[in-house]
Amino acid sequence: MSAQKKAAKPGWKELPEGDLIIGGGTAAEFKTGDWRSMRPILLKDKCINCLTCWVYCPDSAVIVQDGKVVGYDYEHCKGCGICYNECPVKGKAIEMVSEKAAKAKEKK
Amino acid sequence: MVNSNIVARTGNEAMAEAMRQINPDVVAAYPITPATEVVQIFASYVADGLVDTEFVPVESEHSAMSACIGSAAAGGRTMTGTSSQGLALMAEMLYIAAGLRLPIVLADVNRALSSPINIHCDHSDTMMVKESGWVQIFSENCQEAYDNMLQAIRIAETAKIPVVVTTDGFIISHGMERMEMLSDADVKKFVGEYKPENYLLNLEKPITIGALDLTDYYFEHKRQQIEAIRNSKKVILDVAKDFAAKTGRSYGLFEQYKMDGAEIAVIAMGSTAGTAKVVVNALRKKGVKAGLIKPRVFRPFPKEELADALAGLKAVAVMDRSDSMNAHEGPLCVEIKAALFDKGVSKTVLNYVYGLGGREIKLEDIEFVFGELADAAKGKPVSRVSYLGVRE
Amino acid sequence: MKEMTEIRWHGRGGQGAKTAALLLADAALASGKYIQAFPEYGPERMGAPVTSFDRISSGPISLHSGVINPDVVIVLDPTLMDSVDVTEGMSSGGTLLVNIERSPEEVKKIFNIPAEVRICTVDASKISKETIGREIPNTPMLGALVKATGILDFKDMIEDMKKKLEKKFKSKPEVVEGNLKAIERAYKEVKS
Repeated sequence: MSAQKKAAKPGWKELPEGDLIIGGGTAAEFKTGDWRSMRPILLKDKCINCLTCWVYCPDSAVIVQDGKVVGYDYEHCKGCGICYNECPVKGKAIEMVSEKAAKAKEKK
Repeated sequence: MVNSNIVARTGNEAMAEAMRQINPDVVAAYPITPATEVVQIFASYVADGLVDTEFVPVESEHSAMSACIGSAAAGGRTMTGTSSQGLALMAEMLYIAAGLRLPIVLADVNRALSSPINIHCDHSDTMMVKESGWVQIFSENCQEAYDNMLQAIRIAETAKIPVVVTTDGFIISHGMERMEMLSDADVKKFVGEYKPENYLLNLEKPITIGALDLTDYYFEHKRQQIEAIRNSKKVILDVAKDFAAKTGRSYGLFEQYKMDGAEIAVIAMGSTAGTAKVVVNALRKKGVKAGLIKPRVFRPFPKEELADALAGLKAVAVMDRSDSMNAHEGPLCVEIKAALFDKGVSKTVLNYVYGLGGREIKLEDIEFVFGELADAAKGKPVSRVSYLGVRE
Repeated sequence: MKEMTEIRWHGRGGQGAKTAALLLADAALASGKYIQAFPEYGPERMGAPVTSFDRISSGPISLHSGVINPDVVIVLDPTLMDSVDVTEGMSSGGTLLVNIERSPEEVKKIFNIPAEVRICTVDASKISKETIGREIPNTPMLGALVKATGILDFKDMIEDMKKKLEKKFKSKPEVVEGNLKAIERAYKEVKS
């Protein structure tokens, strides 16, 4: 993930009053993907699309299209492994791999 | 001018009546002597259908203030009442209400803090939370308790700062006095409808409230809060002006009583100021140039204004109904001295800590203070800090 | 009459000393006076000696200290007088009004009341039993007080009480009548 450019933070006169953040869905702007040390990899041939991982993911990082799991939002996935832990498929439809190894592989 | 109605009410009844007329969306409260009646009477209004308020009985004052914070954040006009240990238990949440800039109004009946346990009046409870970011307004009598409650809701909602209105425990809270009430319709018009700019139940404009604020934002938010407290002085005066236009009863940041040409003056808050007025009248009749200053608003502290009012005096006595435990003097005296220092005024300031735990403050006590003041004004040596009415 | 009158009530916890002080203040307010009424709070126990206070004035009252030198002292329960000095702090020429079946002279002798105190007595307990049906001396004592001190106009007071009682006891006209009769009888029967 590329480092975010540091924007100048607002002074006290510009901030909304009372520790408010105006607007909805602002958590999307807060990228937590770089906290990850283990990365979930979807094994499509094993996945039964029960969506258990989607329900359990604390960061809404399981991407679902037309009722099917298609992958993970690595900008927000913290690598907690709850999806892997909860996956009911025998032998698991998710593989947790080292982030370091996954990154090295991507670069090749 | 509005229609008014002369009634006999105790301080607690007066505050409850004000709450009934304000008709808040939510009241969450827990009972404590001597403030119990405020919410008990209000709860009966809820039960009788005289108000539309959602009354939330909770299991502690900490929960009461927590529920108030939730309600105010959701967008509801919110009020509560407490005293002493109750206010102390709320302390954590008071800071949160203020930091989140939620316009809650709290009726506090001043009572001593434990230990030793005591149910009677002093100002230790209010002074304990003077740094919490709430506007603090003291009332001399039942009329002021009522008037201050009505003004508080507008001050809070305009300045986006919570406001605590205090009365003196038992002396005012349980003392019945003649007072004028506004009609329900006039109060409704005066307080207006509460239209928060941002609130959690507004689905059109979602917000996050109370996000983690670390080294990079906390200071800015606090700076903002400090500015709001500074600006609230003007809000308090504007609301008072409108109130005076409607009722003929004038309020400021503090009251000056017979200060024209005064050479010595006592500064006292709450019910004691009323007793001091009797002494000032008697002294004036004898030709003594005595006056009284009664701070109404303790937070924000009217520093420049008070320093100006004191500038012409020969000597001042500050009466504190609590002590700072700073090993030098009471909290009001500290503020007064700082105000004078910044004004470049060097003056004899005597401090009298009095009335702790409800110890009676008699006319003779205040006469004694004026006597010492007169001595000090003549340059005679007088103890700078005294404990009035304590057994030696 | 002087500008402000200070009154102290003596009773026992549960006898209505506080209520009496509030009732008097309310009646005084109705006749255009400025008022204060407040109880003394201590550890409250049924039967323990308690006091409550009134201030009645023609002008605003800003004084907020306790009543130390009462002009009038009212004793709801004479059995208190063995243990409590009910004349404490009384201003000279003050009035002591006692709910007792004895005469002022007897009270003066038995309780050794100082000469400068004016004594009035009325058997308010008996009156309340005969008119209200229960021993509630505080309402008739208001009638006796008005007669003994002239602090309020009797007609104004009884009119105001009637209005208030009728509002409070809408469905019990006998209670209203009993109370009003008690006040009137005490007004007539008080001895000085």
